[in-house]
Amino acid sequence: MSLDWMIQIIQSNWPMFLRGAGWTLVIALTGTIIGSLIGLLAGVVRTIPAPEKGIKKNLLKLINAILTIYIEFFRGTPMIVQAMVIFYGSALAFNFHMNPIIAGIVVVGINTGAYMAEIVRGGIISVDKGQYEAAQAIGMNHVQTMIHVVMPQVIRNILPATGNQFIINIKDTAVLSVISVTELFFQTKTVAGNNFRYFESFFVACIIYFIMTFAITLILRYFERKLEGPDNYTVIGNNLHVETAEDMKKKANKGM
Amino acid sequence: METIIEIQRLSKSFGSHEVLKDIHFSVEKGEVVTIIGSSGSGKSTLLRCVNLLEKPSGGQIIYNGENILDDRHDIHQYRRKLGMVFQQFNLFNNHDVLNNCMVGQIKVLKRSKEEAEQIARKYLRVVGMENYINAKPRHLSGGQKQRVAIARALSMEPDVMLFDEPTSALDPEMVGEVLKIMKELAGTGLTMLIVTHEMEFAREVSDRVVFMDKGVIAEEGPPEKIFNNPDQERTREFLKRTLKTV
Repeated sequence: MSLDWMIQIIQSNWPMFLRGAGWTLVIALTGTIIGSLIGLLAGVVRTIPAPEKGIKKNLLKLINAILTIYIEFFRGTPMIVQAMVIFYGSALAFNFHMNPIIAGIVVVGINTGAYMAEIVRGGIISVDKGQYEAAQAIGMNHVQTMIHVVMPQVIRNILPATGNQFIINIKDTAVLSVISVTELFFQTKTVAGNNFRYFESFFVACIIYFIMTFAITLILRYFERKLEGPDNYTVIGNNLHVETAEDMKKKANKGM
Repeated sequence: METIIEIQRLSKSFGSHEVLKDIHFSVEKGEVVTIIGSSGSGKSTLLRCVNLLEKPSGGQIIYNGENILDDRHDIHQYRRKLGMVFQQFNLFNNHDVLNNCMVGQIKVLKRSKEEAEQIARKYLRVVGMENYINAKPRHLSGGQKQRVAIARALSMEPDVMLFDEPTSALDPEMVGEVLKIMKELAGTGLTMLIVTHEMEFAREVSDRVVFMDKGVIAEEGPPEKIFNNPDQERTREFLKRTLKTV
């Protein structure tokens, strides 16, 4: 029976599954964080208003061109191929054998960065122009405007997309098995290779992946609601307390 | 009288469309100047040029004896001396009412948190919003937002306050509360430059009224003269049109 097999597989291999799931989470999380930082930086640079003349203008143009190439290249090639190229390429070019896990984090980070750069750019564009103008009018420079006014709003706007990216990364770390990163997929393959119960072993992996992604979905939803802030606010000073119709009704009932 | 801002030969084009042509104009210390004119006459653009939200295509803006359109001049330094109130309020959505009035003071003027809070509370009291310091902009009505926006600009203790059609985006019943505060401010000797469609208000508070038409200043003078006995035919026509519809 398949179910008996699954239980047995879990009982005898749970440390391997757990370790695999652990690495999957670590790589996906650090990769997402690195990618988000790259994305934020790239997004901010790509929205700097172009100076009218001088070296600054050309420098900015050059940086933008490099960023565009980076984004288009990493969005346009499969991560599984990028992993092979970076892992074996670094060995060939610098005669340097990368730790597979480090290589995995680098690949996921760079790849996520390319997607996040576009997400952040969209988030920045979606902030009302009036917000920039008000900050500028108060005397803030571009960096101050970004830090104190625009980015807090951007981060709230892009949080759902970032969470989505994190979930994608948890699933996509499976491709890192090609450079022998010992994440969940790799571990499952090893388990299945020993007991030849491929369906049962991978079904267990399937459930573990789902538990991870669903838990993260719930956690992110909680944070999104938190970031929204309270729906109420307190009016200070009692004389201005506004009573709702319900309040007045309650009071009237009490008096009776 | 001491001139705060003097504008000379100012022009502004968007592409081939010339919005402002050869504007000469100045604001004296303590003066309340209103700019009136029909939509598209360039009055908002002129105001936005004064604090460089729009970059003028030509001319000079002299502030305290210096041409701030000079490349060497620090525009951020200049802008903090001007308070701006927008038609669409533009309160910082990520900050509550108190922080809206504090963030500029702390980050731009480098005031301490305590001092900034004290000053912010003072001006929120002036606009009657001190009870709402915890509220986020999305909790407020248009009139309340605009009052906070005025307090935010005042908290920077600017030399000049610029108002860009501050009541145009408000529901009719909220226009009064904002105009009332602006009238009070005008009475305190604050230098104000106001773009408005509220003719009654302009007549009442202004020391000088500037009438703009098709990108030029057609006529300027004391409100009694502009409203009762203008020199120019187009001023007369504009006033006839607007006063009839009000």
